[in-house]
Amino acid sequence: MRRVVITGIGMVSPLGNGAEVSWQRILEGKSGAGRIENFETEDLQTKIACQVPRGDGTDGTFNPDDYMAPKEQRKVDPFIVYAIAAADQAIEDADWKPETEEDKCRTGTLIGSGIGGLQGIADTALMMEQKGPRRVSPFFIPGRLINLASGYVSIKHGLKGPNHSVVTACSTGAHAIGDAARLVAFGDADVMVAGGAEGTVCRIGIAGFNACKALSTGYNDEPEKGSRPYDKDRDGFVMGEGAGIVVLEEYEHAKARGAKIYAEVVGYGLSGDAYHITAPASDGDGGYRCMEAALKRAGISLGDVDYVNAHGTSTPLGDEIELGAVERLAGEDAGSLTMSSTKSAIGHLLGAAGAVEAIFTALAIRDQIAPPTINLDNPSVETKIDLVPNKAKKMEINYALSNSFGFGGTNASLVLKKVEA
Amino acid sequence: MSNVAEQVKKIVVEHLGVEADKVVESASFIDDLGADSLDTVELVMAFEEAFGVEIPDDAAETIQSVGDAVKFIESKQG
Repeated sequence: MRRVVITGIGMVSPLGNGAEVSWQRILEGKSGAGRIENFETEDLQTKIACQVPRGDGTDGTFNPDDYMAPKEQRKVDPFIVYAIAAADQAIEDADWKPETEEDKCRTGTLIGSGIGGLQGIADTALMMEQKGPRRVSPFFIPGRLINLASGYVSIKHGLKGPNHSVVTACSTGAHAIGDAARLVAFGDADVMVAGGAEGTVCRIGIAGFNACKALSTGYNDEPEKGSRPYDKDRDGFVMGEGAGIVVLEEYEHAKARGAKIYAEVVGYGLSGDAYHITAPASDGDGGYRCMEAALKRAGISLGDVDYVNAHGTSTPLGDEIELGAVERLAGEDAGSLTMSSTKSAIGHLLGAAGAVEAIFTALAIRDQIAPPTINLDNPSVETKIDLVPNKAKKMEINYALSNSFGFGGTNASLVLKKVEA
Repeated sequence: MSNVAEQVKKIVVEHLGVEADKVVESASFIDDLGADSLDTVELVMAFEEAFGVEIPDDAAETIQSVGDAVKFIESKQG
C-alpha cells in the first residue's frame, strides 16, 4: 500500500481564521466560547456557542469576502463558505496547484459535513409558507447539499479526481480524512483535499441539540467555562462551527516536489456501536474497537502512542466512556499515555471536529507539544492517563491518535506518525 | 431612464454583484454580466417579486438582457 502524508493544512475555527493562529491560541489556553449575539436566544436553554470570529481579516478574524464574492456567499450556507476558505488555505500551504490535465485528474476532494445547510433549509421553509413554492431559489438545493463543499472546492481549483463526501455526524471529519487517505493509498488519486465543515450555530440547531439534552445549559453567564471535558461540573457540549481541511499526498509524490510534511497517516479504523441513536454504548466497545482497528493498521499498540486527541465533548456520559475504553486498550501502558480534548477550547465542531482535531494532532507532532484540556479543574474520575489540565505540555510525540464518535453509533480513529525530515 | 428600468438595474446589480455602469439596456445577463442559467432563473424570480407580475417559463426564456426584462415588465404593467 502506498504511504500517505499530510502536506497542507487549513482551518476556520472559533479561535480564528487559519490553522496556525487557532493552534497558538489553543496552546495559550484560550477559549473560543462566547454568548450568542447574532440571533435571539431568550427562549433557548443554551445561549452560548463557539462561533467563528468574523471581521475584516486582521488579528485572526475571518472575512468571508477574502474567499468568496458576496454574491456567491448569498447562495450557500456557512459550512460551504468555511470549507472553501479552509481548502484555499490548505492548498496554498501545500503549494499544490495542479496545472496540467493529468495533475488535475490525479487530485480529488472529499469534504463532509454532519448536518449541512440547516439554516438555509429552515429559512426557505418559512419563506415558502409565506410566499409559495415559486419563490424558492434555484440555489436552494445546491447551496444546502453536503457534497457541494467538495463540489465548490473542486470547481474553484480545477480538481478533477475523486469528488466525494462523508456524512457521519461528529465522526465526519475523521472519516473524510481516513477515506481520502485510502483513496491515495489505493492509487485512485495522488493528492486529496479532505476534511469537514459545519455551520449550524443557529436557532433551530441549538433548539435541536437542546432537545437531545446534548448541550451545556449551565454556563450561559460564563461561556468560556462551558466546555470542560472530564471535569466533574461538565454538563454538555458547547456547539462550535468552522472547517478543517488537509491536503493528503502520496509520500513519493510529496518528496519528489520537496513538499513539507506535517505527519504520515499510518492508521485508520472504523466501527459501529449498534446500540442507540444518540447515546454511546456504556461499555465503550465501539470506541475500543475502532481504536484497535486503527492501531492494527498502523502495526502498533496503544502503548506506542504518545498522545491521544480525545473525542471528549464535555458531555456527562461520553467523556468517561471514552476514557474507560482508552484505559482498557492501553492496559499497563495507561500511565505513560497523554490525552487531551481540544474541544475544551473550540467547542464541538460536529462534522468539522474530526478534521480540525486531526490537524491539531498533526501540529502536536510537528511542535512536540500536547495541547491542554482547559477548564479541567476537578476530574470526575481518577485516571493514570495525563489529561493535560489547563496547560500545554512539551513532550516527545512520535505516534498520535485522534478519536471521533458520532450520533448513530459511528466511530473513527486516525493514527498519525512523525516523519523524519 | 424609466422607473422600471432603474429598479431592474438595481436588482441586477444586487443579484449578480456587477458594477452598475455595466448594466446597460443591451447587456446580456449571461454573455456580458457573468450570470449562469441558475442566476437567470433567480433574476426572473426577483423581477416577479419586485414588480408583482407573473413571468411564465416560456416568457422567462426570452428575457436574455436588461432591455428584454424592462420591456417585458413595462408591457405587463402598461
